[in-house]
Amino acid sequence: METINFLITGVGGQGTVLASEIMAAVGLAAGYDVKKSDLLGLSVRGGAVLGHVRWGETVYSPIVPEGRVDYLVAFEQLEALRHLGQVKSSGTILVNQQKIYPVLVSSGLAEYPSDEVIETSLNRTAKAIYKIPAVDLALGIGNSKVLNIVLLGALSSLFDIEAAVWEKVLEERVPKKFTELNIQAFREGRNWMKGK
Amino acid sequence: MKKLMTGNEALARGAYEAGVKAATGYPGTPSSEILENIVQYKEIYAEWSTNEKTATEAAIGAAYAGRRAITTMKQVGMNVAADAFFFAVYTGMRAGLMIIVADDPGMFSSQNEQDNRHYAPFAKMPMLEPADSQEAKDFVKIAMEMSEEWDVPVLYRTCMRVAHSASPVELGERNWDDEKIPEKWVRNQEKYVCSAMFAQKKRPMIEERLIKLVETSNKIAINRLEWGDRKLGIIASGPVYHYAREIFPDATFLKLGMTYPLPEGLIRELAAGVEKVMVIEELDPFIEQQVKAMGIDCIGKDIFPRYGELLTGDIEKACAKAGIIPWEKVAEQRALTPQGLPGRSPVLCPGCPHRSTFFNLAKIKDLIIVSDIGCYNLGALAPFHATDFMGSMGAGFGVAHGFEIGGIEKTGQKIIGIVGDSTFFHNGVTPLLNMVHNGSNVTLMVLDNSTTAMTGHQDHPGTENTLEGKGKRVDIEKLVRAIGVEHVLKANAFDVKSVDAAIKEGLNHEGLSFIIVEGPCFFVGKNTKPAFTVTQDCNGCGTCFKLGCSAIARSEIVDEKTGRKKSSIDPVLCVGCTICAQVCPRKAIVSTQAA
Ligand SMILES: Cc1ncc(C[n+]2csc(CCOP(=O)(O)OP(=O)(O)O)c2C)c(N)n1
Repeated sequence: METINFLITGVGGQGTVLASEIMAAVGLAAGYDVKKSDLLGLSVRGGAVLGHVRWGETVYSPIVPEGRVDYLVAFEQLEALRHLGQVKSSGTILVNQQKIYPVLVSSGLAEYPSDEVIETSLNRTAKAIYKIPAVDLALGIGNSKVLNIVLLGALSSLFDIEAAVWEKVLEERVPKKFTELNIQAFREGRNWMKGK
Repeated sequence: MKKLMTGNEALARGAYEAGVKAATGYPGTPSSEILENIVQYKEIYAEWSTNEKTATEAAIGAAYAGRRAITTMKQVGMNVAADAFFFAVYTGMRAGLMIIVADDPGMFSSQNEQDNRHYAPFAKMPMLEPADSQEAKDFVKIAMEMSEEWDVPVLYRTCMRVAHSASPVELGERNWDDEKIPEKWVRNQEKYVCSAMFAQKKRPMIEERLIKLVETSNKIAINRLEWGDRKLGIIASGPVYHYAREIFPDATFLKLGMTYPLPEGLIRELAAGVEKVMVIEELDPFIEQQVKAMGIDCIGKDIFPRYGELLTGDIEKACAKAGIIPWEKVAEQRALTPQGLPGRSPVLCPGCPHRSTFFNLAKIKDLIIVSDIGCYNLGALAPFHATDFMGSMGAGFGVAHGFEIGGIEKTGQKIIGIVGDSTFFHNGVTPLLNMVHNGSNVTLMVLDNSTTAMTGHQDHPGTENTLEGKGKRVDIEKLVRAIGVEHVLKANAFDVKSVDAAIKEGLNHEGLSFIIVEGPCFFVGKNTKPAFTVTQDCNGCGTCFKLGCSAIARSEIVDEKTGRKKSSIDPVLCVGCTICAQVCPRKAIVSTQAA
């Protein structure tokens, strides 16, 4: 069996770390060997973050080898572009339709890539691309913070693992008073993928 | 059932299972989470010490008292701790002792890329290197037993990828009598007094022990020959073993868990059984040189780089270039990322107390800003660029004095030395003593944000709390006055003018002056006030951009008179610290509460 490689990219504060934790735990619950690695930028907030998750029969390296990403899960558009070179031509990209300007851009020292550049870059990388309005979907159920779980819901629909397995892991990982909100967010993302 | 744990979580668990009773350390990426995880085990005493030397001495003392002890540090911390663990190799202890160091190949968060494996032969102590979380846990017990059997501290070398990666771990129990009182101490000067007289007598034993440890290294289960295809025999340790296994699933491997002293017998057995030996190791040719000194030829740094990480892709490319694997096996390199993407470099957080200092310093000409390590080092980056030097903890004061005795002030330039509060306690007090005693004239500054922010907000002697609970807070002002500094100034970090005034007064003062800039890190108080907003009076002058705050951005609205884009403030990111409102020349930034 080939190892399944995920790369999770985003900006500090978006909840990528919890997302990769849940993905690793789901892999374990589904009977895979699992490894995971997080690389956090220097700053507590606002820096780029990168997570590697791997599911397989025997997983050696905790880091996805260069150029071998099967699923790029990007929480932010610029951070999606930064890692396109890592994606296999047979790979899948899930990208949250959010833009977070780095300080260089907000202070006028650099330009954020245009929508055309984003579009063409994504399209030439992978066959399957899902542009997910995760912030809107999260706001729809009342809290933009659960955008990470919306994205996980969307991702979950691409695998044969039962939703119940994901939801059980979710329940174990999030504070009790937010369980319902998170389950709702997960289903919101999963449903959005139907018919896509 | 197996539990998914990071290397640092697993190491902490390992300390629990192995009966460790005392754990000390000084924070530093990627080691900090070890102690932060140990705190959950009530059976273990844990503390953040003032620096790595103090931490190591405390752990050594605990092992003298008879309790298993560990100390943790980041890679450069070894240099600070070295004076302590070198003598412990001579004395031995009454219980197991582990010196844990987390190296940083790739320099993700460090000022150099030193390879701390060299400290093992340098100090003459055995060394273990875990490759994943299971080993990170299991090796603690092995190290403790080895330390007690050979009466020597064991160097436990981990690294960023082991520390911050997670993999499944089989848990064990703590079989330890925690109520047991240590045995009474019996004076033993020959063993514990490290005077030359006694130390000389021990010298031959230190060498003999290392020779005997080679036999242990040959026999220990964590050093194992994994026979496979006989063309290539690969020697690897730590996570590099996993990166290499990925490319060579069928090759013969000598997987090393104990990397000093090396298992000479196993290495010879490997060399005899394969056509070619290859050593794959990150950083220096530590293993390779020893293998070659055994008279065994091997592939090594002739094809692999001596710096940076050696991830699967790096190994793959080096091997393809050397003709060891075909290029077809290397992942397709696709240049898909558009050129010139804006970087997302770290910036001071919204609400950061360091902002006012660097906003003011950036405006002063002919000032040599001798700074130090911590979040305030972001003052070196855009938009401030207000730093001339940063080197090692405490050097912000030590090197400032050096500039002075080097006579730089004759050029008309002034000197200011800056350290953070945790850095001040770590290694800033001794250079201050030196300057007071030797009659220095420079201006010094402590940026007191009530925490060790950069490494994840740990407590230090200047805070109310300790790792385990309440402590006694050391008052920086009283300490500095007691040392003999007469001109002490205080400024409020959230009052831009008060910081400006203190800096100017300090620089104009004849003689040593000491400025304490006080204001808690946002993450200490989490004191979010209503956000600020930009009124129509903004004419796009751009003063607020000089604060480098990620909550402030250029809007698309153009001021009719100046033709410049006006500012805007993100209400989600803004925490209401007021600094931008203070510096706005047109008073065009106001609280949303007032607006
Ligand atoms: C010898 C050594 N130990 C540890 C570190 C890791 N480290 C980098 S900055 C820092 C502390 C910074 O704290 P402080 O001086 O209070 O500044 P702040 O980040 O709070 O602004 C530490 C522990 C290091 N670089 N060198």
